Amino acid sequence: MLHIKDLSVSINGKTILKGFNLDVKPGEVHAIMGPNGTGKSTLAAVIAGREMFDVDHGEISYRGQDLLEMAPEIRAREGIFLGFQYPVEIPGVSMANFMRTALNEKRKYLGLEPLSGAEFLKLMEEKKNLVEIHSKLTNRSVNEGFSGGEKKKNEIFQMAMLEPKLAILDETDSGLDIDALKVVANGVNKLRSSENATIVITHYQRLLDYIVPDFVHVLFDGRIVKSGGKELALELESKGYEWIKKEANGVAAN
Amino acid sequence: MTTSINTLPLKERLLSLFFEHLPSIKGQATAGVNRLREEGLAEFERQGFPHSKLENWRFSDIAPLLETDFAFNFSNQSRAFDIDKIFTCDVYDLDTFSVTLLNGWFVYKHAPLTRLENGTVIGSLAKAMELYPELIDKYLGKAAKPKNSALTALNTAFIQDGLFIYVPEGVVVEKPIQLINIVDSPTPVFLQPRHLTIAERGAKLTLVHCDHSLTHNISMTNTVVEIFAEPGAEVDHYKIQNKGKNSALFTSSYLHLEKESKIHSNIITLNGGFTRNNVDVRLNDELGHADLKGLYLVDHNQHVDNQVFIDHAAPNCFSNQLYKGILDDQARGVFSGRILVERDAQQTLAYQNNKNLLLTDEAKVNTQPHLEIYADDVKCSHGATVGQLDPDAMFYLRSRGIGEHAARQLLMLAFADEVVQKISIEALSQRIGNMVEKRLRGELSICDQCVLHCSDKGPATFNIDMSKI
Repeated sequence: MLHIKDLSVSINGKTILKGFNLDVKPGEVHAIMGPNGTGKSTLAAVIAGREMFDVDHGEISYRGQDLLEMAPEIRAREGIFLGFQYPVEIPGVSMANFMRTALNEKRKYLGLEPLSGAEFLKLMEEKKNLVEIHSKLTNRSVNEGFSGGEKKKNEIFQMAMLEPKLAILDETDSGLDIDALKVVANGVNKLRSSENATIVITHYQRLLDYIVPDFVHVLFDGRIVKSGGKELALELESKGYEWIKKEANGVAAN
Repeated sequence: MTTSINTLPLKERLLSLFFEHLPSIKGQATAGVNRLREEGLAEFERQGFPHSKLENWRFSDIAPLLETDFAFNFSNQSRAFDIDKIFTCDVYDLDTFSVTLLNGWFVYKHAPLTRLENGTVIGSLAKAMELYPELIDKYLGKAAKPKNSALTALNTAFIQDGLFIYVPEGVVVEKPIQLINIVDSPTPVFLQPRHLTIAERGAKLTLVHCDHSLTHNISMTNTVVEIFAEPGAEVDHYKIQNKGKNSALFTSSYLHLEKESKIHSNIITLNGGFTRNNVDVRLNDELGHADLKGLYLVDHNQHVDNQVFIDHAAPNCFSNQLYKGILDDQARGVFSGRILVERDAQQTLAYQNNKNLLLTDEAKVNTQPHLEIYADDVKCSHGATVGQLDPDAMFYLRSRGIGEHAARQLLMLAFADEVVQKISIEALSQRIGNMVEKRLRGELSICDQCVLHCSDKGPATFNIDMSKI
């Protein structure tokens, strides 16, 4: 589904990702872990199409297409979803209008008729129930005045609405209390299927108790230095990142 | 009768026209009004038309406009005209008490002045000058400042017709009063409507003032509005400006607030070749509340200039200015907001904010706040922003599959919404919201309000040749 090969990315001349490789197949959940500042969020932003980064080298193919050639909205319509670490507040744009526009733009792209108002409202109720959001988030402006937890739940709600093939959740667990974390994780788990894939980017192992990954990768200094199964996350939790740093530096020194 | 003497500069022409048409200009007015006229004329003669060397006209040059060979109408040729035949307003499903001015003159089917059961009077200023001379002498020209404004002086010299509203003590006028101001002339025309609104103690009213043009010809409209809010009165004043690219619209609004009175002013400029809105507020007694909002959406070579002056002359008053603009193409915006807090005006709260979105590199806005504070216990703030659409918000929307064009529109609507959503009358807020939305989608033209929809047959002209009526 997603093949990232030898990807190097920089911003303002500073290289962040250095020869990054990753393969994701349908049905898989990958966790990308690593200390702060190693390029985790950059990776997410580049996959989603943020234009402030320069791709210096390498390629990303997504379902057989060259992802780097696509505008962000095309990537989204083709099934890529980024759950933002810091969801943006947009005063004056209602959640309902935002989601309806997004859905209908996607449907138009796929050659489908737009949803009627009633169909849309029904879908919204369904998805709210699915991800267990019972507040009136949808009546408000996009993320405006939302608490940290509400913003993250709202990301999951949007994901449910848009039904992506590949979801990238960027530090979705940061700033969440345990209850909100469970809501978010349950949402993700309910949306899992053999058809779609998820990349969970996180600093802590905690989230992975609830979203169980098939693969765990450790990102350090712009590339993956260690990959393993879900037990790698536990190892990281007990040993910390220093161990990885030493190992990575050791490898570099040899 | 249409008059035009095209060899003289506009100022000289106006001065000579004044004397030439003195009998019809004076009409049935009182000695007091005629004294106002003479003072106005003298002031205009002294000042001449504003020019770009004046501080508050620095960014708005009207010299090219003044070269136009304008026609003038010194008597009402509109009264027999059935306005419904050519025009329906876009705020039509609003239940309003609706009145129309065509080329500056009152259009009526039955009577020029209506007196409602509750004593409210709505109608032609020309008629009010005959029927209510005491009210006219007490209020007309008492808020306007011809000494500070040549255009106000000029309008005052030629006061003839416009909308007169009188709401007696304690009366609440439930329906909004809607004034539709239409310009339609086969030749370039110069108009000077004058509006007077008096809200007596505790009275309440909503005035919706729509400016339209049904012509692609050059027109210059020099309007003066005076609104008096007596103690405890509340006036909501909405102006919706949707004019052709060849129209120049100058509106000077003078708002006078007595104790515990409230005025909300909301000026929405959707289109207009050259638009200048001057709002001058005097908070004359304690606990006055002036809330002034503006929204301007301009593109191509449109020019919009908003000038606000608030005089906090008494303690414990509140004023707020929120003006927002979206400028596309080579459009030009000007905002100047001046707050004067006089020595005795302690406990003043005065806020000002002007926010602009520039959609191209060529669009331009000049924004200037001025605070002049002579009292020591006040809270004042001002802010101005000029920027582009928030790139983070753009990316957020696009990352959900919303195309760049649709994302821009959503963000522009959201930007405008801060002004629109604060319109207290639900129906009006929705109508204006729809017009703003249509405008931002590029679907609103000046022909939208016209029932003839002649756009495929060329520019709209209705052949109402004033000289032949």
